[in-house]
Amino acid sequence: MNFDPRLTNRDFTSVGTRPIRPDGIDKVTGRARYGADFNMAGQLVGRVLRSPHAHAVIRKIDTSKAEALPGVKAVITAADLPDLTNGDSALYDILDNCMARKKALYDGHAVAAVAAIDARTARQALKLIEIDYEVLPHVTDVDEAFKHTAPLINEAIFTEGLEEKPVKPSNVHKRTQYGHGDIHKGFAEADFVIERSFRTEQTHQGYIEPHACVASVSADGTAELWVCTQGHFVYRQHCAQLLGMEASKLRVTSSEIGGGFGGKTHVWAEPVALALSRKAGRPVKLVMTRDEVFRASGPTSATSIDVRIGAKKDGTITAAEATLRYSCGPYAGMWAEVGAMTAFACYKLDNVRTVGFEVLVNRPKTAAYRAPSAPMAAFAVESTIDELAGKVGMDAVDFRIKNAAQEGTRASYGPVYGPIGIGPTLEAVKNHPHMKAPLKQNQGRGMACGFWFNFGGQTCVDLNIGMDGSISLAVGTVDVGGSRASLSLVAAEELGIDYSQVKAIVADTSSLGYNDMTDGSRGTFSSSMATISAARNAIRILRERAAQMWDIPVDDVVWEKGHALARGEKYGNLSPLSLKEIAAQSGTTGGPIAGHSELVADGAGVSFATHICDIEVDPETGSTRVLRYTVVQDAGKAVHPTYVEGQYQGGAAQGIGWALNEEYIYGKDGRLQNAGFLDYRIPVCSDLPMIDTQILEIPNPNHPYGVRGVGETSIVPPLAAIANAVSNAVGVRMTHIPMSPPRILAALEASASAHDA
Amino acid sequence: MAGVAVSTTINGDHVEYLCQPDETLLEVLRDRLGLTGAKEGCGTGDCGACSVIVDDRLVCSCLVLGAEAEGRQVETIEGMAHGEKLHPLQQKFLEHAALQCGICTPGFLIAAKDLLAKNPDPTEEEIRFGLAGNLCRCTGYDKIVRAVQDAAGVMRG
Amino acid sequence: MRYIRPLTIEDAVGQLVGASGTAAILAGGSDLLVRMKGGFVEPDLIIDIKAIDALSEIRETAEGFSIGAAVPCAVLGENKALRQAWPGVVEAAKLIGSKQVQGRCTIVGNLCNASPAADSVPAMVAAGAKAVVAGPSGKRTIAVESVPTAPGRTSLAKGEIIEAILLDKREPRAGDAYLRFIPRTEMDIAVVSAGVNLTLDEAGVVKTARVALGAAAPTVLLVEEAAEVLVGSRLDEATLERLAKVCAGACRPIDDKRGTIEFRRKVAGVLAGRAATTAYERAGGK
Repeated sequence: MNFDPRLTNRDFTSVGTRPIRPDGIDKVTGRARYGADFNMAGQLVGRVLRSPHAHAVIRKIDTSKAEALPGVKAVITAADLPDLTNGDSALYDILDNCMARKKALYDGHAVAAVAAIDARTARQALKLIEIDYEVLPHVTDVDEAFKHTAPLINEAIFTEGLEEKPVKPSNVHKRTQYGHGDIHKGFAEADFVIERSFRTEQTHQGYIEPHACVASVSADGTAELWVCTQGHFVYRQHCAQLLGMEASKLRVTSSEIGGGFGGKTHVWAEPVALALSRKAGRPVKLVMTRDEVFRASGPTSATSIDVRIGAKKDGTITAAEATLRYSCGPYAGMWAEVGAMTAFACYKLDNVRTVGFEVLVNRPKTAAYRAPSAPMAAFAVESTIDELAGKVGMDAVDFRIKNAAQEGTRASYGPVYGPIGIGPTLEAVKNHPHMKAPLKQNQGRGMACGFWFNFGGQTCVDLNIGMDGSISLAVGTVDVGGSRASLSLVAAEELGIDYSQVKAIVADTSSLGYNDMTDGSRGTFSSSMATISAARNAIRILRERAAQMWDIPVDDVVWEKGHALARGEKYGNLSPLSLKEIAAQSGTTGGPIAGHSELVADGAGVSFATHICDIEVDPETGSTRVLRYTVVQDAGKAVHPTYVEGQYQGGAAQGIGWALNEEYIYGKDGRLQNAGFLDYRIPVCSDLPMIDTQILEIPNPNHPYGVRGVGETSIVPPLAAIANAVSNAVGVRMTHIPMSPPRILAALEASASAHDA
Repeated sequence: MAGVAVSTTINGDHVEYLCQPDETLLEVLRDRLGLTGAKEGCGTGDCGACSVIVDDRLVCSCLVLGAEAEGRQVETIEGMAHGEKLHPLQQKFLEHAALQCGICTPGFLIAAKDLLAKNPDPTEEEIRFGLAGNLCRCTGYDKIVRAVQDAAGVMRG
Repeated sequence: MRYIRPLTIEDAVGQLVGASGTAAILAGGSDLLVRMKGGFVEPDLIIDIKAIDALSEIRETAEGFSIGAAVPCAVLGENKALRQAWPGVVEAAKLIGSKQVQGRCTIVGNLCNASPAADSVPAMVAAGAKAVVAGPSGKRTIAVESVPTAPGRTSLAKGEIIEAILLDKREPRAGDAYLRFIPRTEMDIAVVSAGVNLTLDEAGVVKTARVALGAAAPTVLLVEEAAEVLVGSRLDEATLERLAKVCAGACRPIDDKRGTIEFRRKVAGVLAGRAATTAYERAGGK
């Protein structure tokens, strides 16, 4: 396949318009089917028993009473999910997380599961399972876990990445380092140095749809799984491996997905549902409760980060360094490493070093959350940058512009940048009316920048042309926020037909080749690339068919605006053949017409954003109110601008929640205190203002239309932008996220008493 | 556990069902009647994804027992459009892209319908507080508020 | 488990007395159903009191208002006379939960749930509200503050149901107000709260006062010392400062997921001052 993915400058007809999404009607009429909306004949209800202990050895599990309860059809424990991981430690961790094997490692860790004829019976059965626990000391705090004296979560963990292998195990799984230059020399050259320590608390993606699936294993060993997921091919892979099945025998259908944000990139209960179905011989529906979603799925890392940045009097940054400790839950991860890679990615630095430490804690296994690890690093760095700008005596935007990375800059994490958007977003912010709007007493303005890599990856698309000339576009990247509309636009653009002629669907795992998941902002980027490739392949066939219909050489047929044209004066009397006309004849010209594409989408262009926000603080209560918020972000090329805006706004809103109120709160007993939407406080409608957006388009040279991923970057700047705004409003540097009212009030009182003293 | 026989009206249709005393209206709608438009996001009244209207009052159907629907009028998302004709709120949600994943959308539409029935010309602040019982994690609410404002204008004529 | 819907309060009391296992009263259900869902309660009998006609009414009497136990808070907000007479009680009731919850939840349920953070309770206590209790041995009327005895516990005996809340007829120059602190703008439980009820003399001097604090102790606190600070004053700055101090001092709060001891103390004082100012203005002061 000689597909050329390079940017070809062009005017767009469909791309850049804002049509209604193809799945819209079903979603406004209640007809769209999500994870829990699907049922099978004879289906049982699955439920999971979870550890109430943060850390405990499972001495014995007695399921006999539960099994004896009328209506119970299967009870499983780790024994029903034997270890087939064959030395693959990452897969073993997934298995252990799905069902605790020797130890329960966090409050909410699955220890057993039942399938019964109804929910009541299943609930009752869980109460009849007897477990003998030996409760162990636990540690949930990232800084506490880092200490040598902390309770040890896994005796087999010896810190990797050190020059010498440590003699004793610890909770620090790995040390990683990025950077270049000589920071000692750089700091020596600095006129001003700011050094600060920051903390961020653990948050959850907070998707409104709990994890849900229906699993059905047949006696012949084949199986079907209906599930809300960001990546049904990956789920198939993991489930098949954990259950000892051939991947092709497990057909996974992705339901409509009620939010994921990274949290549905990971199997939790699906292997359990399959194991229950296998044992019971009937389909099993397993839906997590909200409490389970918080206790046992998804959260991001809690972090503790030290930052030091130095600058000359003229505002040039001479050196930057950060040490980042990220919690991973009880299993190895690479969260601090990603934080270390992203921390200084916005800046052009000669001397930079970042060090990441992956820290094990007795909390749920950390999962990706929208630009995972980047928001916390950006919070620490952008707060320090703001303070340093003040010390140098420069405007916060100008200081960043002076030090911004540009084309040709060597990124702090290694590669050399192509054309990038950090400079343009900063210039746009500098000229934005928001920056000049007046502020009142107790109000503050903050701004901050953010970076995300964006991913590409394995992608497969089928584009089938019906005899009536309409297009069925089958993609394998789950649509989390309108990508079926974007991909239909891309197909229409490339074929030169109307958007309404294209219908995009997400195909199941048996109908299409493997696709990586919808993560890393890759859905529209990579599937649009594959769609363009598939369309080009279809056009080649359309030209051949037209040539056949005209009986002329195919080289004399070109494709323009949805039509085959015969090129050359000798064909002057041949009127163009539309796609529809060619399709109508396909039965007699060689059969169905289709374009396929299988590729690895390389060259996902990096993404930058700069945000501005205004905050008002009530100095008597520490209460905050977001007054105004502006997002400026580079999209490369906005395929469906309304949904691009939606990504910008949604990421900003999640960041605002993280910055101000969202956090996991653990008790001394190691149990999660706020496993519900009542006390895990995501922003409600009345908490937010309108969120203004400005889309910049700095084309990605590695995509035919210049598209970059847009989904994640918008959550990176808000923590820092809001922290800078609050700090500016109250005159105290806020270093602990979330900046909940008690924290703000405590900071104000501490500052007041420091002034009094 | 003794089943409760219930006779009620759902989206204008007479419906009878038998439910358990502790079964919620949401469970009845979804699991017994196949009306899966109302979603369970939390089961504790904190997210509004299961919003329905019972006798002109907006409620979370997860906080109403199925038995309590006896003799009442229940309106769900499935009854919002008239045949092929969408309700103006449904139409405006589509046009404004006021949904991304769409799981909260049925609840928002029902809540917005109730809001506009009681206040046909709400301010932005009234819309925001009126819809504060419905959580959306995708949109940041911006496009939802705009869609409701636009639909309110259309409905006022 | 059984679900019943009695038509009279006597029948409801009789069912409650005769219940063999645990019985739960269902009005709005916004606490009961959450507790059932979480597996914290599994009643053998659910008594839905909404079919008892008298319990779904707000009656205006010569003595004041009688609010039936099954009246949803949304209906309180729609009652103009009640809103004018007791704006603080109504605004407190209107703060409970979302619009969805408002259509169901009741102030009697809020009271009997016996949470120290219940929004309507400090406002009712400040208002001097009374509860009419129906039981096997007849009816009695008690002060609202005597109902909750500890988090999740009430003074009601077996077989007793609160059938109504009584609020006095308003004197001239009277006003009440309720404020709570929540981290978001909606949907939260009060971190700390304050209800203030004042009457003024003709000169605008505070004649009587009641100050109640929520989420500041195991039950709602009626702070008599705070009332003493207010009586005789025109709510000048020094009075408000003393009020804040007294309220902060009266708190016996805890550290929990919603707030710290220090935060609750400080903000209790701030809210008491703000609520007092609003109540004073409503009473025609300034």
